[in-house]
Amino acid sequence: MSKINKLISSNCGVIRPDSVEDYVKAGGYEGLKKAFTMTPEEIISEVKKAKLLGRGGAAYPAGSKWEQLLAIPEFPKYIVINADEGEPGTFKDKLLLSQDPLRVIEGMTISGHVFSSHDGYIYIRGEYRAIQKVFQSAIDNAVKAGYLGTNIMGTDFEFNIHIMTGAGAYVCGENSALLNSIEGKAGRPRIKPPHLAEVGLFLMPTLVNNVESIANIPTIVLDGGDKYLSYGTKDSGGTKLICLSGNAVNRGVYEIPFGVSLRDAIYDPEMGGGVPNGKKLKFFHLGGQSGPIGAEAQLDTMYCYKALRNAGLSVGSGAIVVMDEDVCVIDYLKGVTEFFIHESCGKCTPCREGNKQIYAILCKLSEGEATKEDMAVLKRMIDTMTNTSFCGLGQSAAVALNTCWKLFKAEFEDHLHKKCPAQVCFTEQERGE
Amino acid sequence: MGHHASDPNKIVNITIDGIPVSCPETTLILDAAKMVGIDIPVLCYHPDLKVRATCRVCVVEMKGQRKLKTACGNEVWDGAEFITNSPSVRQARKDVLELILAEHPQDCLQCIRSTNCELQQLARDFGISKPLFANQPKQIPIEDSNGVIVRDMEKCVKCGRCVEMCQEVQTVGAINTAHRSVEYEVTTAFDRPLQDTTCVYCGQCIAVCPVGALYEKDDSEKVWQALADADKHVIVQVAPAVRVALGEEFGMGSGSIATGKMVAALRRLGFDKVFDTDFAADVTIMEEGSELLERMSHGGALPLITSCSPGWVNFVETFYPDLLPNVSSCKSPQQMFGALAKTYYPQKAGIDASKIVSVSIMPCVAKKYESARPEMNGSGYRDVDIVLTTRELARMIKQSGFDFNKLTDEEFDAPLGLSTGAAVIFGTSGGVMEAALRTVYEVVTGKELANVDFDGIRGLAGVKEAEVDLDGQKVKVAIANGLKNARQILDKIRAGECEYQFVEIMCCPGGCIGGGGQPWGTTAATKEARMAGLYQADRETPIRQSHKNPAVKALYEEFLGKPLSHKSHELLHTHYHPRHK
Repeated sequence: MSKINKLISSNCGVIRPDSVEDYVKAGGYEGLKKAFTMTPEEIISEVKKAKLLGRGGAAYPAGSKWEQLLAIPEFPKYIVINADEGEPGTFKDKLLLSQDPLRVIEGMTISGHVFSSHDGYIYIRGEYRAIQKVFQSAIDNAVKAGYLGTNIMGTDFEFNIHIMTGAGAYVCGENSALLNSIEGKAGRPRIKPPHLAEVGLFLMPTLVNNVESIANIPTIVLDGGDKYLSYGTKDSGGTKLICLSGNAVNRGVYEIPFGVSLRDAIYDPEMGGGVPNGKKLKFFHLGGQSGPIGAEAQLDTMYCYKALRNAGLSVGSGAIVVMDEDVCVIDYLKGVTEFFIHESCGKCTPCREGNKQIYAILCKLSEGEATKEDMAVLKRMIDTMTNTSFCGLGQSAAVALNTCWKLFKAEFEDHLHKKCPAQVCFTEQERGE
Repeated sequence: MGHHASDPNKIVNITIDGIPVSCPETTLILDAAKMVGIDIPVLCYHPDLKVRATCRVCVVEMKGQRKLKTACGNEVWDGAEFITNSPSVRQARKDVLELILAEHPQDCLQCIRSTNCELQQLARDFGISKPLFANQPKQIPIEDSNGVIVRDMEKCVKCGRCVEMCQEVQTVGAINTAHRSVEYEVTTAFDRPLQDTTCVYCGQCIAVCPVGALYEKDDSEKVWQALADADKHVIVQVAPAVRVALGEEFGMGSGSIATGKMVAALRRLGFDKVFDTDFAADVTIMEEGSELLERMSHGGALPLITSCSPGWVNFVETFYPDLLPNVSSCKSPQQMFGALAKTYYPQKAGIDASKIVSVSIMPCVAKKYESARPEMNGSGYRDVDIVLTTRELARMIKQSGFDFNKLTDEEFDAPLGLSTGAAVIFGTSGGVMEAALRTVYEVVTGKELANVDFDGIRGLAGVKEAEVDLDGQKVKVAIANGLKNARQILDKIRAGECEYQFVEIMCCPGGCIGGGGQPWGTTAATKEARMAGLYQADRETPIRQSHKNPAVKALYEEFLGKPLSHKSHELLHTHYHPRHK
């Protein structure tokens, strides 16, 4: 039996992305039609039953988030979809945005109905310029066909979707930074509380969901929460888009039910297909640059929120970056840290300065100049950044380093003695070969 | 944890380091800790500002949780248990400081804020001696070409206080944060020098900076040189708000009235005459009060808006040039004094005006800009040659070595040192208005004012309003301090929705007591104390109305004729121009 389950990606590559006709023929807008027969409470109850956890990385229960926003009496409320997908190894929202935008639009429209919102914003990362055009075309066609705008499907419900974009900053994926960016301010996180559900976009109550989360909504409404839950495990309902990259034979996006193993994802011929060129797997990086790194011994962990968490790993965004034996851990971490040096917003001290100091020590390690004291400082910086940074970006910037520290301690120490097992750092002469 | 706004009426029970505390749910962890005598270290936090949680120095532990929370950025909640003094908390705070210091020049000995720097204090408290990281400050040139405010951004710790001050409190928007990560910085648009921005030189950025990144251009050396020059007759005027703040630099409590010691100190420094800006404040009331009555009776532009505060004048020129007709043509007291110091005074004292060096001590940095305005030379000489802030004067006194606290009180010199209680309250928000009303009332009604205290327009509120009955004629007045508050009134005037006849605007929050040149560490509480000092000085002054100042009466009889006379206009009035944006 196939381990792939195309629940929300079934239209991808099959229909014309911006064609309402194709979308409806494929069963689209049935969810919205059903939603109009339901009360907001009934819809939220299904989302809760589905145990849908936020697919952007934070894994916050979507049903609870919706319930909290519904309870807030102020209007207008805004729907904001986070399509600022932007870290190396994560490209699953790209699939939905480019190949089935109407599913995202339908999900947004249902949430608009739930919260009596008239305006939804989708913040699509600047680099997805071509996708923005496809998405706009899908919006325009939905309006023409009466699925968006005024009197949607003959009701008196009005809902409009606006595409927003920024100049390109990873931190704008942080929800409050994203809202600042939509408002035209610098994309830097806000202090919380107040929570965005209370004081969000333009200071009004706001829902912020990830693209993949919202794409699940039409299916959950149509099939019911219980059925959706049954696709996955008891605690991790439904399916997940994973994106495989790095040293995997078949790189790409796959929709899997929660519960398959990491080994399945990486080695199953229908998915990753293993490591190319007969190389050994060295480690895999889960959930994006801010996610943890795992190794061979953890391959049989079940891919679901609970089992990964128990193994010190996480789902995160759904990214799985595979690295083979030719990769040096220190060298890889330098790349991760450089990414965060580039993407830190700079507002708080630990993130602004910590990445830089971590990078300096990693460089010393890869040059064979590091000392035991440097190792101690590195460990302290992991703790300081993780425990004191302002937002999730800084708090998770050292996660990869921290997990590598535990898995590959020996390789760090090797570098103190100018040894690089992957033979990436130092010259042959320096390595004493 | 639900998404609910915290309730100021809900009392919650928490523990801090095991000590039980009951406080409103809206209390910051920082303030709750203060209630049980725990001072959590802070750097970006300022009690009067909203900026929070960017430096991460004030982190505390929550029982059972690994991630730390900032004490300045989080309110308490029922049942919370905070630990402020665990090994991990101390280590985290120290590490955060090390990260800041790695980027900081660490040239404390040459820094204006040495011994008065919040970062230096923290580094000392945490016993930081051997650096954890290599010290690699960025090489950023000092910007001081505007002649007023010096920006030494190498020293900036990126706390964001100055940005909030400029953007939100003053709504000037000359500086903001830019770039990301290690390039993150506080800067002007396109890195322009301040003089090419909307900066109004209020100096409030300086007032809230915790380190030596922002300070006034120091002109004290010019004063030393003039004092050492036997050929020069060096006179000094002191603004009212200086006398209730200078003492703080010598260990006195906030708001202590140090007038007598200050005068003695200025004589010790070698000034030939020690005069008082308050004398010119009384003259300002004569001129501005007359201008108000003139406009009210002859249909001039109303409301009349005061022009004593040079930061405010820069602001109206920049942002509301269409309202310039409403701004009083009176020069500020500093400039009026300067003009008289180069005309009336030398004539009366028999001194060659060209030998006079006119120095002023101001609570303000915008006064440096004002004194340098090309038009401020109605006498043919610069009205004011050198402007020093309260801080610069304090440094001169410290350099001289005498013990300020042991000085015996001395009196200002006559006649330009004689003043009234009305003049001294110019130093606080509402003071110019109150002083004007004390005089205008008597001029209009011909009656004696039974009670000269206009309590309704005192205090730190951003906008204050009052209505005064001038013998049947109702005059509506308003007072704004801080430029965001000024906008409220100016927007009303623009919209034609304003019923006021007279408006006082002070650039700095609280007025001159909170000026950008005042001692560092000024907070709302400091301002309250300084304000109380000024009102006390007013009460203790025998004459409390400007038109009753005998020296001012003599000035008009001997020299100016009457208010708004030709000579007054020549020397004491000016006009303002739209300013570049």
